[in-house]
Amino acid sequence: MRDEALTAIAGADTLDALKQVRIDHVGDRSPLALANREIGALPPQARKDAGQRVGQARGAINQALAAKTAEVEAAEEERALVTESVDVTLPWDVQPVGARHPITTLSEHIADIFVAMGWEIAEGPEVEAEWLNFDALNLGPDHPARTMQDTFWVTPERAAMVLRTHTSPVQARTMLTRQPPIYIACPGRVFRTDELDATHSPVFHQVEGLAIDEGLSMGHLKGTLDHFARAIYGDGMTTRFRPSYFPFTEPSAEMDLLCYVCHNEPDAVADCRTCKGEGWVEWGGCGVVNPRVLIACGVDPERYSGFAFGIGIDRTITSRYDIADLRDLFDGDIRFTQPFGVEL
Amino acid sequence: MKVPVTWLRELVQLPDDVTTEQLAARLTQFDLKLEEIISSGISGPLVVGRVLSIVKEPQKNGKTINWCRVDVGPEHNDADGARGIVCGAHNFVEGDLVVVSLPGTVLPALGFEITARKTYGHVSDGMICSSAELGLAGDASGIIVLDADSAAPGDDAIALLGLGDEILDLEVNPDRAYALSLRGVGRDTALAYGLEFADPADIEVTGAGEGYPVTVLDPDACPVFAARAVTGFDPSRPTPAWMAQRIEQAGMRSISLAVDITNYVMLEIGHPIHGFDLSSLQGPIVVRRANEGEKLATLDGVVRTLSTDDTVVTDDRGPISLAGVMGGAETELSSTTTDILIEAAHWKAPMIARTARRHNLPSEASKRYERGVDPELPARATQRVANLLAELGGGTIEDGLTVVGSATPRPSVGMTIGLPSRVTGVDIDAADVVEALERNGCDVALDHESLTATPPSWRFDLNDPNDLVEEVLRVVGYDQVPSILPTAPAGRGLTVAQKLRRRVGTVLAGDGLVEVKTFPFAGQADFDRLGLPADDVRRRQVLLENPLSAEEPGMTTMLLTGLLKSLALNIGRGHADVHITETGRVFLPRPDAAEAPIYGVDRRPTDDEIAAFAAALPDQPHHVGLVMSGERVRTGWAGPGRQATWGDAIAIVQHLAEELHVEIEVQPAQVMPWHPGRCAAIVLNGATIGHAGELHPRVLKAYGLPARVAAAEVDLDALIDASPEIGPRPDFSSFPVAKEDLALIVDDSVAAASVHQALAAASPLIESVRLFDVYSGDQVPDGKKSLAFALRLRAPDRTLTDADIKSAREAAVSAAGSLGATLRA
Repeated sequence: MRDEALTAIAGADTLDALKQVRIDHVGDRSPLALANREIGALPPQARKDAGQRVGQARGAINQALAAKTAEVEAAEEERALVTESVDVTLPWDVQPVGARHPITTLSEHIADIFVAMGWEIAEGPEVEAEWLNFDALNLGPDHPARTMQDTFWVTPERAAMVLRTHTSPVQARTMLTRQPPIYIACPGRVFRTDELDATHSPVFHQVEGLAIDEGLSMGHLKGTLDHFARAIYGDGMTTRFRPSYFPFTEPSAEMDLLCYVCHNEPDAVADCRTCKGEGWVEWGGCGVVNPRVLIACGVDPERYSGFAFGIGIDRTITSRYDIADLRDLFDGDIRFTQPFGVEL
Repeated sequence: MKVPVTWLRELVQLPDDVTTEQLAARLTQFDLKLEEIISSGISGPLVVGRVLSIVKEPQKNGKTINWCRVDVGPEHNDADGARGIVCGAHNFVEGDLVVVSLPGTVLPALGFEITARKTYGHVSDGMICSSAELGLAGDASGIIVLDADSAAPGDDAIALLGLGDEILDLEVNPDRAYALSLRGVGRDTALAYGLEFADPADIEVTGAGEGYPVTVLDPDACPVFAARAVTGFDPSRPTPAWMAQRIEQAGMRSISLAVDITNYVMLEIGHPIHGFDLSSLQGPIVVRRANEGEKLATLDGVVRTLSTDDTVVTDDRGPISLAGVMGGAETELSSTTTDILIEAAHWKAPMIARTARRHNLPSEASKRYERGVDPELPARATQRVANLLAELGGGTIEDGLTVVGSATPRPSVGMTIGLPSRVTGVDIDAADVVEALERNGCDVALDHESLTATPPSWRFDLNDPNDLVEEVLRVVGYDQVPSILPTAPAGRGLTVAQKLRRRVGTVLAGDGLVEVKTFPFAGQADFDRLGLPADDVRRRQVLLENPLSAEEPGMTTMLLTGLLKSLALNIGRGHADVHITETGRVFLPRPDAAEAPIYGVDRRPTDDEIAAFAAALPDQPHHVGLVMSGERVRTGWAGPGRQATWGDAIAIVQHLAEELHVEIEVQPAQVMPWHPGRCAAIVLNGATIGHAGELHPRVLKAYGLPARVAAAEVDLDALIDASPEIGPRPDFSSFPVAKEDLALIVDDSVAAASVHQALAAASPLIESVRLFDVYSGDQVPDGKKSLAFALRLRAPDRTLTDADIKSAREAAVSAAGSLGATLRA
């Protein structure tokens, strides 16, 4: 009986066959079960021996069944895994991929640089009071610089409102409502009446910084801008100043950034397309806050001094990513934004 | 300001080895930024020639050409003492001096190099040049004929005509008015190179006695008025070539000797000058405000209506000149003028700026007056002009000199000697501070730590201590400023709203939307396309005085105006599946908006005054908008995809609200531009803060968009304001769950969300409710639908009994019953 069963187990190579073997050889109606039942009818001295033999046979059969079951299961799983294989190179492109506009992500990146220095991020309205956009910033009604800035005026003109021409009114608002020390960066959308073309846009974005504290000098301005340049463009970057004129700062300077492509290296600068052989690229304007601005905004110029600067976010993007046409930033073609992903 | 370098070098003895590029770079460091270096680009043998003979040869094409023998000097002549040149122009005769470009000359105006070439049966060995061919202004119809004896054959015509000159085009900032003259640029050049400077305005004024009668009734606008007469001027005299050349190099036109002299002196010393034809004046000159509605025909032939804001020069007949901006036609210098009254007046900048702007008349004169002209110059300027009229035009300078008024000295500016170091961060010695200011023309007095500087008459920009600092730094060098990183006090990081706006941006990108930036301009045509009713409040815009386009005369009230244009652009470029979003401000006028106040700048406005800004400015909330077209799940090898639907738009808004931990309600709504049956109002605390759903087919048609575009626009500020400081506390029970399904029959008009809400609130044991099936058809009566909900029941403190489950289920059915729901059989 035992040998018969072991032969059947060895011959079964599916789980179904094994199940049948189990029924046939150790099931309720199997010869072993019948033999077991008959043990009771044997004379007492024979019972022990018969019981031992039946038990041994059952143990051997169950052991063989378990081993064979494990073997068959492994083999069946193996077969199943093979049949379930797929071509994992097939594209699984069913979900649309979102992305954030580089103007947003660069503004956030810049904000993070300043927040890491303990600065805060200030904001203000885009339709702005004329006084805050101009007068408070030392651009009086007859100031020649006021005509330089081609301003969108809100109807009617006597409403004395404009589309802000810079984010500087945010600086004025901050000084009007807070006492120094003030360290703020103001990213935002601004407007000038330029027709849209490859290099001009009536709507653009800038970030300005303002620091008002005791003892601040133009040296602190330079230090801040150098740090800013390194944080964006990497180690070794620096800035340089050229004299310039802005009504809200005195002294004022144009700020150039060491060319981030050729680094003004002698063997590279001549052929550099980014800086056109200059070694430097124009980056923005800056200066020491004009004490007249401090007075109009309620800051004591005897006690406090400060500096301010501004750069164009759109231009930083077009020059850094070598984008020839500014219009690409604003017409909304998804192919422009998608490569930028979610963070810069 | 265009500055001919040869003229500049005449005023400042620059070392010869300073190149124009170096000069420009140095001036840029002194706030005179180079725009470009202009040069003629002409090179090669361009020489003076004398026409020895002309043979006229008629051609078959009807033209007559001149076959000329031209003496171009021994160095260039052929063996027979001349060269043969074919010339088509006829405005010259034998013996004339002309300009010849010999083979090898490059004339950029022609775009090629001159070569000897065979033409009309001759070898033409060069070209006789016209003004146009040399890139010069002037009469282009014929060739240039030089004054007899002004040169000899073979002379270098590049030098003679100034064609080798380089011109610095400098950007002059509005605070450096003095640099709109050779005098000013020369002074800064001398400053930059540490050289002596001979001031061309150091002119001895010779006049004495009474001049032309002048009365100034408006001394506020005209503090100084000088006039000088020159008689017997010969109007037929030409402008000398050197003067015409400098005027044209400086970007003006040479007109006639008398006019050119006034312009030349303006370029030289920076003072605008007006010349009247003395014989046309009627009676004394009176300077006064114009009367309202008074008329003046100006030089440009336009009759201008004046206002009381304009100041005019008048004689007995009325206005004869719009002060400082443009002269009148009746008294202008003409080709027959022999007697000239020279006017050099100091007009105040604000008046000129307003007049030039009102009449839209920016001129070389108004440009200078607006920025500020040296008030010490009027008498000297008239003298300089008179001298030149006499010298070059044979006029007689009349003795009489009119000078009405006098210049007010510039107020002095005080500062502590240490201020430049404190402001710039550069250590600057007291002696260097004083020297720098003196070299800028200031009178400086130093008393211990306290410095007083009296700026020169031409420096209108030096009013405050920091103005002096800038002048000192200009001399010390901006490159000396050190780099010191300041330490800000510990900051508070981003504001809650800033953080949440970032979160919203990331959530939207995670939901597969691409962010765009559109322009916030719109017009009624946009609102027409969106199908907004005529009285819709969203048609009320903040309008602009000077919009770029008449189609978009104001600011938008909804982001969808820009988003739908971007969507159309994307579809037009062949993208099928476009899901885009924008976050930005919209502009909502206040119905009773006041005008924004204008305050003085000598003090901080009060808190109330500051609050008036907010009351006047339009509401400018941040919105978030999105539009979705095409497939939300893409069809591909793995199976069919799914179009973006109204549901996606609502789901994204709900996702945003969940991320901000804000509870919103979705309610059916009928609002354009949405499909009336597929539009949801997004309701927050009872107020509608936006809409989501599918756009109305008419709107899609108006934009030329494919069918079934999903869209949403929500007030993001409202969502952010409602966002709690911290999110909900996790609160769940670990006792076993019981699941119960309910199929409820309701009227079609009953919103699923209201049934959902009723079920969720029916019993505290109901942990969650999920709608898993909606059915309408044979199995339910007409006008009804079946909603199947899965309820999960759980108690916080015990295992539920059968009785608990039964009572919760009954509570749910009863709650739904209040909406007319019955259990499906």
